[in-house]
Amino acid sequence: MKTDVLIIGGGVVGCAIARNLSQYNLDTSIVEKDNDICMGTSKANSSMIHSGYNINGSTLKGKLCLKADVKRYDRMCNELNVEYKHTGSIFAGFNEEHLKIIKAEVENAKKNGLEGVRILNHEEVMKFEPNINPEVKYALFDPNTGTINPFEYTLALAENAVMNGVKVYLNAEVLNIIVKDKKIESVYTTIGSFQPKIIINSAGLYSDKIAEMVDEIDFYVHPRRGEYYVYDKKWRDFVNHCIYSPPTSVSKGMIIVPTVDGNILCGSNAQEIPDKTDFSTTKEYLDYIYRENIHMMFPGLPRMGDVVTTFAGLRAASNTEDFIIDYAKNTPTMINLVGIQSPGLTSAPAIADMVEEMILNIAEFSGIKMTKKKEWNPIRPVRPNLGKMSNDEKTKIIAENPDYAKIICRCETISKGEILDAIHAPIPAMDVDAIKRRTRSGMGRCQGGFCGPRIIAILHEELGIDPLDITKRGGRSNILLSKSKNLSLFEREGNNEKIRL
Amino acid sequence: MKKLDYDIVVVGGGPAGLAAALEASVNSNLKILLMERSERLGGILEQCIHNGFGLSYFKEELTGPEYASRFIKEVEKKDNIDIKTGTMVIDINPDKVVIAENVEDGLFQVYAKAVVLAMGCRERTREAITIPGNRVSGVMTAGTAQRYVNINGYLPGKDIIILGSGDIGLIMARRMTLEGCNVKGVLEIMPYSSGLVRNKVQCLDDFDIPLYLNYTVTAIHGKDRVEAVSIAKVDDRLNPISETEITVSCDTLLLSIGLIPENELSKSAGVKLDGVTKGAIVDEKRETNIKGIFACGNVLQVHDLVDNVSAEAKIAGRSAVEYIEEKFDKLDKPIELKPGNNIAYLVPHRIEYKINDEKYIEIYMRVHKPMEHIRLCVLDEKGNILDSYRRDIVVPGSMETIRLKSEFIRNYDFIKVEVQE
Repeated sequence: MKTDVLIIGGGVVGCAIARNLSQYNLDTSIVEKDNDICMGTSKANSSMIHSGYNINGSTLKGKLCLKADVKRYDRMCNELNVEYKHTGSIFAGFNEEHLKIIKAEVENAKKNGLEGVRILNHEEVMKFEPNINPEVKYALFDPNTGTINPFEYTLALAENAVMNGVKVYLNAEVLNIIVKDKKIESVYTTIGSFQPKIIINSAGLYSDKIAEMVDEIDFYVHPRRGEYYVYDKKWRDFVNHCIYSPPTSVSKGMIIVPTVDGNILCGSNAQEIPDKTDFSTTKEYLDYIYRENIHMMFPGLPRMGDVVTTFAGLRAASNTEDFIIDYAKNTPTMINLVGIQSPGLTSAPAIADMVEEMILNIAEFSGIKMTKKKEWNPIRPVRPNLGKMSNDEKTKIIAENPDYAKIICRCETISKGEILDAIHAPIPAMDVDAIKRRTRSGMGRCQGGFCGPRIIAILHEELGIDPLDITKRGGRSNILLSKSKNLSLFEREGNNEKIRL
Repeated sequence: MKKLDYDIVVVGGGPAGLAAALEASVNSNLKILLMERSERLGGILEQCIHNGFGLSYFKEELTGPEYASRFIKEVEKKDNIDIKTGTMVIDINPDKVVIAENVEDGLFQVYAKAVVLAMGCRERTREAITIPGNRVSGVMTAGTAQRYVNINGYLPGKDIIILGSGDIGLIMARRMTLEGCNVKGVLEIMPYSSGLVRNKVQCLDDFDIPLYLNYTVTAIHGKDRVEAVSIAKVDDRLNPISETEITVSCDTLLLSIGLIPENELSKSAGVKLDGVTKGAIVDEKRETNIKGIFACGNVLQVHDLVDNVSAEAKIAGRSAVEYIEEKFDKLDKPIELKPGNNIAYLVPHRIEYKINDEKYIEIYMRVHKPMEHIRLCVLDEKGNILDSYRRDIVVPGSMETIRLKSEFIRNYDFIKVEVQE
């Protein structure tokens, strides 16, 4: 397949770049190794849009984070119809040591050009966060921090790109890249080969592996795992701002976020692990996060019971701990983006601008022409979300399409209509989790116990996928293993080993 | 938005809702609306194709669908019951305005004089007890697996471990075995089985499936699908003992770790809940703190036997009629029912009305811990034993019932029920 620009990796960075490039008369393609976009670091993180008040503004990640400011996010989220909640943030302090940090951060915020950052006294903190640990003495308040649904955000970037002509290939894992005379010849993937003029390596955790396919490299990515709790929506009003817990003798400080969907998200530790595919949670660190963060900051939150889920995400940390964004050493038509960890989600639009600029610089050399389209549509239309509609709006849309009155997910009240929309979206949802991430079906307190069988039935009806081939999230995550009355007696014979303790 | 008027709205078309609607219909000419979110009536009974239902209510042994159909046939015959299936109730307010939606009516409002809550319960999930490990497929509640096998005709796995000895877990251990799967064992964190004794015997012992008490799953392993689980013995405080941890291969983990009454709608209606049962606080008519809102079945307290659900729902259905027809005769002051030694809860929570023709009021309860050769004692305010009932054995997994005689329903502030050796 011929394409002008091949973006490797459909995370937030790859999708933001794709959207920027979709403004040009270019053939742009994204290849993503998983069954959906946004399946790596972009999916499992703190969901915070950082202001950068506490960042070192002279690093690359500092510069890019500060460029992606509140104004930029307001405009972009408006265009993409993505919910962006201006929560503001609170860094809570319990002792003199913390106050020192707070004072230094106020200075740093000034240096970074942020307005409104100030110190709160005990009474003010309690007014801002009535349920916080009352031993809090002071806090740093930053009005510029916000939160977003990272999946909705990444999906919206990708959908808008697709609307404007970008192609997305799923289950397309890059196997090898052939370069001749400093020019890209071919990129082999699990679904076929591509002949791009430019490669954007935004492969996240695997960006070092991709870079290595063309060059000797002097950087590497090491996964740093963080685990998170998500609380039931019944705790919706318990936390008002994004909360940073202060460092303790064992922790560097963690976060508590009231998400755009009404849950509370709490995390996370930072554990170096050897395996880039190890997304497991551990009792050790879940206990640790509860003790050193959740219970310390909001003693009212329980350890379990109202926890709807826990999960782990892997930060794609580079050996320099900064973002590394540069042309490949010996292949100037390839751009590597390595080490995009926090604040990568925040920085994505600024990273995309930077990469756009870098592509303009090599356009002529690569043999592409960068002319802007006459008709580029920055608006990603909103899909009906009945949970956010008034009764009148609901009545109207149900009259047009009764599928919106057929409830499939009881906990989150998600209708068949919304699920069909997700299946037939610009980037179609093809597995159960893909529908979950787009619609919230299965994200509630029963965690898909009720709607699971019904969603499998809908996927089967709409896409003709055999129920035995329907997966939770692609790969071999099949949900059903056999038809009933179908297990071969012969095969099962002797396979009757019990647990013997 | 369409607006409807009914005397009684019953929310939920499972065994509780069916019996409540039927009882209200038999005792009045009131206009009744029964709403069910599934396409068919019957609730969870639809997928309970095993037998053992109806022994006390119908004095014969039925399967779940048979038991449900007895009620469904009657309900469908009644002219004063309207049925709306495929209908999701999304809000109930304290003024008994019910908002619901379905394909035929769209979003609609129902003004009710009385409401019977019969929404049942849901299963606790892996996440509710935060079992660490990978978020793989192949982990599901026993009830979800039951639906896949009995309704959809698919098997969620072949080599199965079950965590929790709740009745659905025990039933599914047998069901999966009959399908040719290897159920490698059932683990229960408590020192006793939480299901009925008869289910342990008929579903595990008869099929040589081991049950390990004081054991739990400590982690779930696998890349895409479960490949193994770590299991460990727990200490007295239910914490896993790391030296006992071993890893066992399997492709499926089924969970039967408890049921939670589904009271989200009750809360929006302002109904107060009991912290132990997670269901409404009710009087003997099954009326909640909101006048004219009644609750029955598993949304009120998780029952072991559907027969008891039907019996309780009849009380709620009849009471809704009495409420509308203003037939209630109140006591001068209510009698609180207080759980004493080794009693986890009592339902009803209080007695509000004078007793008429009945000779007794049935009190449901569960114990905290198993005990043998005990008496369930009814005490007055001063601690005098009014009445007592012998039991050879009491276990948390089996609900106990006593009949509080009408002669004790008089001028007490409270009556206590406790276990005495």
